[in-house]
Amino acid sequence: MPLPPLPASSIVLGAEAADWRAAVRLVGEALAASGAAQPGYADEMIRMIEEHGPYVVIAPGLALAHARPGPEVLADGLAVVTLSTPVAFGHPHNDPVSVVLGLAITHADAHLASVASLANVFNDSSAIPALAGATSAAEVQRILGVTA
Amino acid sequence: MKIVTICGAGIGSSGILKVNAERVLGRLGIEAEVVAADVSSVASVAADAQVILTSAEFVDAIGKTFADVIVIENFFDTAELSRRLEEALG
Repeated sequence: MPLPPLPASSIVLGAEAADWRAAVRLVGEALAASGAAQPGYADEMIRMIEEHGPYVVIAPGLALAHARPGPEVLADGLAVVTLSTPVAFGHPHNDPVSVVLGLAITHADAHLASVASLANVFNDSSAIPALAGATSAAEVQRILGVTA
Repeated sequence: MKIVTICGAGIGSSGILKVNAERVLGRLGIEAEVVAADVSSVASVAADAQVILTSAEFVDAIGKTFADVIVIENFFDTAELSRRLEEALG
């Protein structure tokens, strides 16, 4: 199974975010723009971090924002937001974050194949700086190996 | 052997840890069942686990366990994962 859909409407490059909450809100808006989630999904992703801490910063410069499957998720989807000025999430090793991925998943048991595809992309350590420097949605889609 | 990966939702980051742990274990020639779970179910899911892989934020919530709790910093760094698993299992 490939990555969840990543249409150009869910890719935002060079955005400004005042703090990590604003950054997660942007990626929530990007998931809503492509129809993968309701606007309220952003609040759920923020609540996960408030509850559990900045563990979503799973690699240097990269946050994987997500919440559980639920009524706020409309379809499997991925979103990418790159920040013109990286923001701190409070992570002890991987701050500051310049690339925020948003992940919406409809069924937990089916998501492992999707994240395996994410691992295929990001196990190459050049992928995060390449995304952070991407200047077009097509370039982001190419780095992530998706067509749309 | 059983290895449990833990994150907040049981999807996303714990799934990436599971996928990469399976890849590393395959390369090391170690047979293990790797299960992704959310932190609220750790007591039951990890009761018979030898190793728990997670991020620093969940160590306190995981609490007392017979398993080795390994904190991973970069979930995509399979060299880090391989080194830490070898230390725990070697």
